[in-house]
Amino acid sequence: MLDEALAAYVAAAREVGNPSSLHASGRHARRLVEESRERIAAALGARPSEVIFTSGGTESDNLAVKGIFWARRAGSLNRSRVVASSVEHHAVMDSAEWLGTHEGAQVSWLPVDSRGRVDPSSLAELLQSYAEEIAVVSVQWANNEVGTVQPVAELARLAAEAGIPFHTDAVQALGQIPVDFSASGAAAMTITGHKVGGPVGVGALLLGRDIACTPLLHGGGQERDVRSGTLDTAGVAAFATAVEITVKGQAAYAERVGALRDDLVARVRALVPDAILNGDPEHRLAGNAHFSFPGCEGDALLLLLDAQGISCSTGSACSAGVSQPSHVLIAMGADDDRARSSLRFSLGHTSTRSDVDALVAALPGAIERARRATAWKTPR
Amino acid sequence: MRVLAAMSGGVDSAVAAARAHDAGHDVTGVHLALARNPQTYRTGARGCCTLEDSRDARRAADVIGIPFYVWDMAEQFHANVVDDFVAEYAAGRTPNPCLRCNEKIKFEAVLDRAVALGFDAVVTGHHARLGDDGLLRRSVDDGKDQSYVLAVLTGDQLSRAVFPLGDSTKAQVRDEAARRGLSVADKPDSHDICFIADGDTKGFLQRQLGSTPGDIVDGRTGERLGTHDGAFAYTVGQRKGLDLRVPAADGRPRYVLSITPVTNTVTVGPREDLEVDTVTASRAIWHGAETPVECDVQLRAHGEVVPAVVTVADGELTARLLSPARGVAAGQAIVAYQRDSGGDIVLGSATITAGVASEALVAARA
Repeated sequence: MLDEALAAYVAAAREVGNPSSLHASGRHARRLVEESRERIAAALGARPSEVIFTSGGTESDNLAVKGIFWARRAGSLNRSRVVASSVEHHAVMDSAEWLGTHEGAQVSWLPVDSRGRVDPSSLAELLQSYAEEIAVVSVQWANNEVGTVQPVAELARLAAEAGIPFHTDAVQALGQIPVDFSASGAAAMTITGHKVGGPVGVGALLLGRDIACTPLLHGGGQERDVRSGTLDTAGVAAFATAVEITVKGQAAYAERVGALRDDLVARVRALVPDAILNGDPEHRLAGNAHFSFPGCEGDALLLLLDAQGISCSTGSACSAGVSQPSHVLIAMGADDDRARSSLRFSLGHTSTRSDVDALVAALPGAIERARRATAWKTPR
Repeated sequence: MRVLAAMSGGVDSAVAAARAHDAGHDVTGVHLALARNPQTYRTGARGCCTLEDSRDARRAADVIGIPFYVWDMAEQFHANVVDDFVAEYAAGRTPNPCLRCNEKIKFEAVLDRAVALGFDAVVTGHHARLGDDGLLRRSVDDGKDQSYVLAVLTGDQLSRAVFPLGDSTKAQVRDEAARRGLSVADKPDSHDICFIADGDTKGFLQRQLGSTPGDIVDGRTGERLGTHDGAFAYTVGQRKGLDLRVPAADGRPRYVLSITPVTNTVTVGPREDLEVDTVTASRAIWHGAETPVECDVQLRAHGEVVPAVVTVADGELTARLLSPARGVAAGQAIVAYQRDSGGDIVLGSATITAGVASEALVAARA
């Protein structure tokens, strides 16, 4: 957590109070919550009433996809189609699939190109074919694995012209690239605290005032009746502080970390000529470097680099912790082997030139070992 | 040493990893995901290879303070252990999948990968002693001794294995786990076969191999006594589940004497016809000195030992039993032990191909 966010958290947590209560301590808590709401709205080009606090990105994605679907279908039974990109986070993807399995929804997945980008014309075609059927469209702002940034404004405009709510998961984008809710044209947008130096367990769905959304959580009617539950005042205050600071520092961050990342990519390519940089070289998050190392198991590389104090990631952890080939890379046209040979290096606020040096020093040896370890795969 | 601890999520492997860590080794924990679909493997008290086991292993690694990863070995396990298990039964033999898993997965696929990644050895929670002399010996806990399913390992494999539990009883291991704050301290032991969810081996084989009715015949008279749904479901020495309509002439129980896959026939007879005094076996691994040698042989997991004279030549092992043994099934291992005060020393192992009764033994039956 950012120091300022932690300080805001501690200060708010000292003062107990339920922001839904009418007495003095309740009023004080409510004031903190509403000020936080206003600060987040101001930082993200939204109106305060559009900020619905939640427990984080997963809940916001579920609320947007399921809630908007339910509300739209309640208005017209024909509206039972969900459109989402094929590289969404599981919180969106599994919500859409759940609607398909349990609510009779049809799900259309938007393809991506080899760089992981959605072509707006593929959405335009779907909107034309199923104008009366689509309940909600969801396309992430930026990808969590390969860092590809989507043409969100263009996609949102197409959906809006067809009168269909457009949701975007901006969890990865916030703080990395400029994010403006109203300028994006989206009807709903997911953000979360812990990706911007705020606490884990608090996030928000920015939800246009005229967008109907059926709640997942019923109860006291907090948050425009869309998300019941007593708010975590301290978490919300810290979240707002983190959002403000992160948005303010975004341009400088992107420049510094982007330069560090470009250096990392250039040096890795020089050392490992057959390494493949995954994602979009141009429309890309500053802190993301994602490679495939042919002939290496990503799992083996991770273990070897981890042993040298370098943390990286192979993709989404799945059943029993067995890493499955990433659906993102598969959607981008990679085969299983290439997907399994992939590794993501994330740079952030604390990353320095010496971190990159350490990685570059450790990588060739690790790759050589990992390549030797692939022989184990073949059963004798 | 830089060692890889295979952690099943059970108490033994957790304590083994902890001891290796205490001994000053650089330990990395690995849980082997063996099921293609973890939900299909058994759950609950008999658990192994489930999501819960994976979490238990991770939790233990966290408590010990070592890095932890999950390795997906499902394809290798299926090809080398499960498919082999089914094929062996189909061929009329009785395989030991735990032995096979040690041979092909833990000390081949996993060990090879570990060595390639720069590890020196694989640590497991097996109950067996492996001393500085490189010799494999029984555990001090007779009831838990697993030397029988490890005897298949070659000298090369053993040189890269570490078994930290051989000098402890199971009760001591559980006490130590509790002292160390490992939550698996009172987790029930796993039994049976991990990839047969309900413990019903016959049902599992029938699903894999289908139902092929055949005859149950009397070994002495050749008389047809009944039918079965597939000879593969029977094991030499088996008494229960024969479901014979015709009672034996002498009223005594009958046992499975042999299984003949070619004719899909199960041959039964009285208990004494199970007795054999010569065992032949193939794929011999021999650590001992020159043969013939007099030693004790064990013919199945947790079975009694029988004194024998063992000869090994060209990968074939022959054991002349000094007292007859019953229920000797092809496909099981014969393991030869040399009596030793520090735990009997494993001399070698081979896969049983046949148990034979000498003419003298047959004559003695009549």
